[in-house]
Amino acid sequence: MIWAAILAAGVGCYLLKLAGLSVPASVLERPVVRRIADLIPVALLAALVAVQVFADGHRVVLDARAAGLGAAVVLLLVRAPFLLVVVGAAATAALVRL
Amino acid sequence: MSTSVEGVDPQRAGIVRDSLGVGIATGLYGVSFGALSVAAGLSVAQTCVLSLLMFTSASQFALVGVLAGGGSPASGAAAAVLLGTRNTLYGLRLAPLLAWRGVRRLGAAHLLIDESSAMSVTRDTTERARTGFLVTGASIFVLWNLFTLVGAVAGEAIGDPRTYGLDAAAGGAFLALLWPRLSEPRNRLVAVLAVAVALGVVPFVPAGVPVLAAGGVALLVGALARGPR
Repeated sequence: MIWAAILAAGVGCYLLKLAGLSVPASVLERPVVRRIADLIPVALLAALVAVQVFADGHRVVLDARAAGLGAAVVLLLVRAPFLLVVVGAAATAALVRL
Repeated sequence: MSTSVEGVDPQRAGIVRDSLGVGIATGLYGVSFGALSVAAGLSVAQTCVLSLLMFTSASQFALVGVLAGGGSPASGAAAAVLLGTRNTLYGLRLAPLLAWRGVRRLGAAHLLIDESSAMSVTRDTTERARTGFLVTGASIFVLWNLFTLVGAVAGEAIGDPRTYGLDAAAGGAFLALLWPRLSEPRNRLVAVLAVAVALGVVPFVPAGVPVLAAGGVALLVGALARGPR
């Protein structure tokens, strides 16, 4: 099942890229299409942050991962590079669990 | 213009240098994807095929993130594809500038990601846009896949990922991807609503569905809002 998901989503993502390069630009001239396309990544990424950090199965919890997220916020505020943000979040969570 | 050799664009070297810089910096964090993916329970082979075939980092992180949270492969795939819709948007903007047709367009589409778009969309000629697009896209493709393998092999060797806080790393990665977009008030509103919707439904629905439910916020706000921003 995981293989099927990887292949299906991989092909789907490629076709979405190709569609953008192939579709007439007039489609994007509809403001509602443009707005929704801009907002979808924002909503999904925000939800992914929330679920990754605060969900444990069906419960909403506050644990070491929240400390990791706090570290990530601080690192982003000081404009740290992506890799440092990721490593900082992990290291902080690991330290809190010690 | 008068001092340049015929046929050689004086800006070309600068575009190549900038694009390689972005490409190297981005490609290296394939190591974090590789480690997170095996921590989520995927095999090294599955992890590497994801990077080769899907090749768009937020979607890849989303798929393994949903699986790590106990979600079904189908909801992981759906989240990945939904996140991939932004590449369609980049494509729409770049198509007239890059102006590729046929087989070249088929190949270029695979390299169409955040960074290759950013390094080409601001250029003033097709030649310069193609240079930025190809150098950025190709350097990321090579390094991203190489470092995915490194991260996956290393991740498999270290044991329980929670000891190293790797379960918190995904949240940090998603926040870093989201961060540049939070400068706009409407995006901040959507982000806050999406978090509320996702956590609100966590107790009642299967894992993976909260993220998709939050996608409804984008549809609703996008449909109700006025103006381009």
